[in-house]
Amino acid sequence: MREVAIIGVGIHPWGELWGDSLRTIWTRAALAALDDAGVDRVDAITVGCMSGGMFVGQEHLGALLADELGMAGTAAMRVESACASGGMALRAGFAEVAAGLADIVLVTGVEKMTDVSGDEATAALATAADAETEVFYGATFPGLYAMMARSHMAKYGTTAEQLAAVAVKNHTHGMLNPNAQYRRRVTVDEVLGSTMVAAPLHILDCSPITDGAAAVVIAEISVARRLAKGRPLVKISGVGSATDRMALHSRADMAALPSTTLAAERAYAMAQRKPADVHLAEVHDCFTIAEIMVLEALGFCRPGEGAAQAPSGRTALGGERPVNTSGGLKSKGHPVGATGVAQVIEIVTQLRGEAGERQVKGARVGLTQNMGGTGASSVVHILEVAS
Amino acid sequence: MSGLNPARRAREFPVRYRLEAARRRGCGHVVVPARLVCPACRGRAWETVTLPAEGKVETFTVIHVGPAEFREDTPYVLAVVELADGTRITTQLADVDPAAVGAGMPVRLEFRRITADGEAGVIAYGHKAVPV
Repeated sequence: MREVAIIGVGIHPWGELWGDSLRTIWTRAALAALDDAGVDRVDAITVGCMSGGMFVGQEHLGALLADELGMAGTAAMRVESACASGGMALRAGFAEVAAGLADIVLVTGVEKMTDVSGDEATAALATAADAETEVFYGATFPGLYAMMARSHMAKYGTTAEQLAAVAVKNHTHGMLNPNAQYRRRVTVDEVLGSTMVAAPLHILDCSPITDGAAAVVIAEISVARRLAKGRPLVKISGVGSATDRMALHSRADMAALPSTTLAAERAYAMAQRKPADVHLAEVHDCFTIAEIMVLEALGFCRPGEGAAQAPSGRTALGGERPVNTSGGLKSKGHPVGATGVAQVIEIVTQLRGEAGERQVKGARVGLTQNMGGTGASSVVHILEVAS
Repeated sequence: MSGLNPARRAREFPVRYRLEAARRRGCGHVVVPARLVCPACRGRAWETVTLPAEGKVETFTVIHVGPAEFREDTPYVLAVVELADGTRITTQLADVDPAAVGAGMPVRLEFRRITADGEAGVIAYGHKAVPV
C-alpha cells in the first residue's frame, strides 16, 4: 500500500448562507484546497454528502461538482454514510491513492441545509436512523441521543452539568475559529436554561443546522513531498472504519459506541499508534453526550470517565489532550457531509503549526472521528507530521 | 415521514398490526420486523412468532421539539422497551405523565394510531406502550 499525505486544505466561514448555493460553497472550498496545494489538476474527486436529494433536490454530485470546478472529464463520485459521509469520502480517496488508482485526489464534503424548512431538515436528518423501527414511532436524533445520554447517566452517574461542560468548552474553542458558525461563549447555566429539545438534552446540547463545505487534496507521498513547499508534510498514517447494528435499541449497551471503538482499533493498528500517542483530536460532538461517549470509545479514558474530561479541563486548549479545538460540530457548525473533512482540516492546520490563537503546541499526532446516525457507522483517521 | 405510501404501509402490516416477529430456528434470536439473515448467527431459517405485549421501559426521553407529523403530540415520551422475551423495540409511551416515567417501569403494548397523513389520508397504526 502506498503512503498518502495531505497537501492542501480549503474551507470557508460556515453558517446560514442564504446567498450561496450548494455548488457555490462547494466550489469555494475546493478552489481553496487546490490553491493551498498548488495543483491545478487531480486524478479523481470524492464528495461526501448525506442528502443533496432531500436538502436541495440534487443528486449526482460527483459529475455536477466536477463540472462546476471546470474539471468535467475527471473521475468523480459521491460517498454517503449519513453524518460520516465526509470522513468516508476521505477513506475512499485514501484507498484510491494507496492502491495506485490515482496519484492526487480532491476529497470534499458539503451540505446545504438551510434551503429547506426546519421540519424538512429534521425529516432529512432522520433518514440516518432506522425508518421502520425508530422514525416511524416518532424518534428524532436529539431523542435517540437523549436516550443514549440517559443510559450513560444511569450506568455511570453522568450529570446534565457534565454534558453542558462539553458545550461550554467547544464554544470557547470556536470563538477562536474564524470559520465557526456560532462564535459566542456559553455558560453551564445558559445550556441548562435553554429550551428542552429531548430530555435531558437542551438546544445548547445540540449541534446546529449549517451550510458549509470543506476540501482537502491528498497525494501519494513522493508527489506530496515535491509539492510541500517547505511546510510540514502531514501524512494519513491510520484509517479505520466500522459499522454497528443500525437501531439504537438493538445494541447490547446503549451507553457505548462499539463502531467507534472498532474503527479506532483498526486505525491505531495501521498507524502503529496507541491512544496515549495522540496529541489532539477532532471528534463527532453532534450532541454533548456524543463527545463524552466517543472519548471513551477511542480509549482516551475508561468507560464512565468521559463525562469528567471537559469539566477537568483535560480536553480544553491548554489541557493534556485538547479535543475539538475547531469548536467541534457544536460551535463550528455541522453541515453533515462536510463535517468529516473539516475535522481533518483542523488537525492538518494544527500539525502544520498554522492554527494561530488555538494552536496546540508541539502537536505531531492527531486523530479525527466522524460517525453516522447514533453510531451505526464510524470512521477514524490518524494524521501525523511525516518525518 | 410524509407521504404514507399505501404499498409500503401494507408491507409493514404484520409487525404493525399483529406484532409479528421472526425467531431463528437455530440460535433462537428474535428479530422485529422479520429479516432474511440473523444478526446474531447469520442463519437464514426462521419461524414466525408473536411478540409478547408485556415489557418494561429500558430507557426513555421526553420529546419537546418533534417532527411535523408528531407536533400535536408533544411533549411525548419515546422509549426503548424491553419485552418479556428480551426483545427490544423503540416506541412511544401513551396515557402517561412524562414526569412519572422511569427506567424499569412495567408497560404493555396497545394498538394505537401512530400518524395520519392529512385529513383524508392514510392512517398509520402500530403499537404504543402504556403503563400497566
